[in-house]
Amino acid sequence: MSVTRTGALPDTSAPDDAYDVTVVGAGVVGCAIARELARHSLRVALMEANGDIGEGSSKANTAILHTGFDAVPGSLEARLVREGGQLLAAYAEETGIPVEPVGALLVAWDEQQLATLPRLADKAVRNGHHGTRPLSAAELYAREPHLGPGALGALEVPGESIVCPWTTPLAYATQAVRSGVDLHLNCPVEKVRPGEGDAPHRLVTRRGVLRTRFLVNACGLYADAFDALLGREDFTVAPRRGQLLVFDKFARPLVRHILLPVPGPLGKGVLVAPTVYGNVLLGPTAEDLTDKTATSSTAEGLAGLRAQGGRILPALLDEEVTAAYAGLRAATGAEDYRIAAHPELRYVTVGGIRSTGLTASLALGRHTVGLLADAGLELGPERPLAPVRMPNLGEAFPRPYRDAGLIARDPAYGTLVCHCERVTLGEIRDALASTVPPASLDGLRRRTRARAGRCQGFSCGATVRALFEEGVR
Amino acid sequence: MKSVHPVERTVDVLVVGGGPAGLAAAARLAAAGAGRVEVLERERAAGGVPRHCARGGFGGLTGPAFARRAVRAAVRAGAVLRTGVSATGWAGPLALEVTAPTGLERITARAVVLATGARERPRSARLVPGSRPAGVLSTGELQQSVELFGLRRERIGRRAVVVGSDPIARHAVRTLRRAGVPVAAVVADRPYGPRLPGPVLRGATVLELVGRGRLSGVLVRGADGRTGLLRCDTVVFTGDWLPDHELARSGGVPLDPATRGPSVDGGLRTLVPGVFAAGNLLRGVEPGTVAAAEGRAVADAVLAHLAGAPWPAPGLTLETAGALRRLTPGRLHPAGPAPTLLLRPEVRLVRPILMVRQDARLLYERRLPVLLEPHRSLRHPAVWAPDADAAGGPVVVTLTP
Repeated sequence: MSVTRTGALPDTSAPDDAYDVTVVGAGVVGCAIARELARHSLRVALMEANGDIGEGSSKANTAILHTGFDAVPGSLEARLVREGGQLLAAYAEETGIPVEPVGALLVAWDEQQLATLPRLADKAVRNGHHGTRPLSAAELYAREPHLGPGALGALEVPGESIVCPWTTPLAYATQAVRSGVDLHLNCPVEKVRPGEGDAPHRLVTRRGVLRTRFLVNACGLYADAFDALLGREDFTVAPRRGQLLVFDKFARPLVRHILLPVPGPLGKGVLVAPTVYGNVLLGPTAEDLTDKTATSSTAEGLAGLRAQGGRILPALLDEEVTAAYAGLRAATGAEDYRIAAHPELRYVTVGGIRSTGLTASLALGRHTVGLLADAGLELGPERPLAPVRMPNLGEAFPRPYRDAGLIARDPAYGTLVCHCERVTLGEIRDALASTVPPASLDGLRRRTRARAGRCQGFSCGATVRALFEEGVR
Repeated sequence: MKSVHPVERTVDVLVVGGGPAGLAAAARLAAAGAGRVEVLERERAAGGVPRHCARGGFGGLTGPAFARRAVRAAVRAGAVLRTGVSATGWAGPLALEVTAPTGLERITARAVVLATGARERPRSARLVPGSRPAGVLSTGELQQSVELFGLRRERIGRRAVVVGSDPIARHAVRTLRRAGVPVAAVVADRPYGPRLPGPVLRGATVLELVGRGRLSGVLVRGADGRTGLLRCDTVVFTGDWLPDHELARSGGVPLDPATRGPSVDGGLRTLVPGVFAAGNLLRGVEPGTVAAAEGRAVADAVLAHLAGAPWPAPGLTLETAGALRRLTPGRLHPAGPAPTLLLRPEVRLVRPILMVRQDARLLYERRLPVLLEPHRSLRHPAVWAPDADAAGGPVVVTLTP
């Protein structure tokens, strides 16, 4: 039950010291799997190449908790998104992950899209969602008065929600570590020497060798590369880049629902959605690339987003952009996840987890642990996980700077540091002292919202940096 | 035992922002017997941006000295200066929600002076493409790091690029040099402008930021259309100031479309009775001395309001046209004292023509015997104001080459 960032990995050379299971990749999926494993009396390691959890695709998604209404009916993805969505909604309630069930509207801008809506409603029914409802143009504009001209109608999808994509994997990792999982950061796996017979696998890393009886590949974009370390070539991951723009909080009153594009022959279009931080998100683009590190935004991408956003919500363009970012989705050419158990290798690959991974994460955790058990891992009895209550980053929920009782008990919660996002000294201090502390200012931003606001550090950047580097005195 | 409910308080004047404008307003109001004048400053120390401008140019003083003098003047006059206290929203037309280490407060005032200042437009809002590495700064953050936290080369960076054409770019270069950080180049988008130190790429634009984890370079297109990568681990985006109008806007104070600051008349009254605005909140940026002068000037209208003077009608709207980017104040009363307007051109203008029209009438036309620069404002006394028709349409102010 520890978090390591530097130094040699624990000595696992004695037979009893090997980990029972090692999950490689501490994104939202890997963290969820580790958390699920922590229910059992097992020695579990969670390994991550980066210095923090959720540093890959997880930190740069569209922050939507899907119902799975538009998944491929009958697919594994459809089932896990449906289950995971329900699990995550309940888990969010329990742990304080901000979720707002704003609902989605699939907006049709031309006759062809309008004709597609009934088919999407049928698809939703086949995925077990019976709540969709067509809206006339008049109903749509009554719901979304700031929508640009020319919308012909919409399909309402109740239950689609917005969620905090940063708190979610952090809650999993925090709970996993508190329940006994060892989290090893800055620890890319360079080689895997599979164990003969019952002997543990040996993972060769920059920080030493780690032995583990069972192995889970939750490497996201690099799932194919990790498979190759074990001699598997079942699929390849091609990064699909999504660039997104985050608009100033003054744009938030412009939109009430998640406005989804209707998929069509011309591609998928972009969505406009509120965020739990009180901003508005526009995106993503969909660019098939080969470079798995190409998380840069481009002039064309941003210009295209603005053009599309201006048609959907013209007033959006009058507001400042707070952030532009790009994330890479793990596309494998299949319209489903690529999850495979290799019992002979005591190895499970959890690959091809596309943009629905955040929603499906808890169900993916359960599913993966089931596959490990089928492959011979003895789980033993279940025990309760250590409780977690995450700091609230959601604008719709009470925050420390407005909590008189909290400030009375501790004045640090009455001391604002990041003014744009209303982040207090107390919250920054708590994040720095948390179970999985931030490794960088970006990590601190994802835990507190500090420096995530419209001034991007003009006012508080130097102060936040000093607190991060020198600690809160 | 501290209260777990917001404390309800009443003051005569609540000034939000303890920079040059807010402090000057508070000093004059307190000295003039306006009653309890309270200044809320969200930072740990009052004084505003000049606190970290370690240079001259503040009426013969350095920035920090100017800030200290402003603080002293306000306190000596009897204003209550509270630091580390944030106004986070409105509880009524003249009541603010306040968060302080001592607890929550709801402060109701007879007059509210908004003096929340300005900030530089950050890289993200400029839509500069590329990665999101560490080492991307604004001048504000750079100056605070160097002047308030004492950071030097090893903590800031090994090689910097400064982006901007205004004098603020010069200040950023000097701050970097003082911290021991070599400056590889200044990327100035305008082909002309004030003298800038070091190698200056005039008429160049930043195309992309490169680097994973830490900035490794800035891709630039030069005036000749050629692109090249400037290797650096630090880039400072300077200037392009925006009013910090969050509190004004969230309180329903209407903004001037050209300045994005609150729309004010010659008395610096907003369109919300009892709410005034002064300083760089009005338009982005002017020197600290100008902001302070506005702080002093706003006191007149505040005192009249406290004495029961009726809140004037909106008056005539001033609109910009031609090469005039913005002007303040943006409203005037033909019957009142003629205000002095601050005119800021979009581009460099040599002996431009200033023209003022209302509806079909020409109120004023003159060729100005000056060189106007986009980084400086022209002070223009609105001598034509009495000729404007109070019942007419907007007054259009035009600058043409």
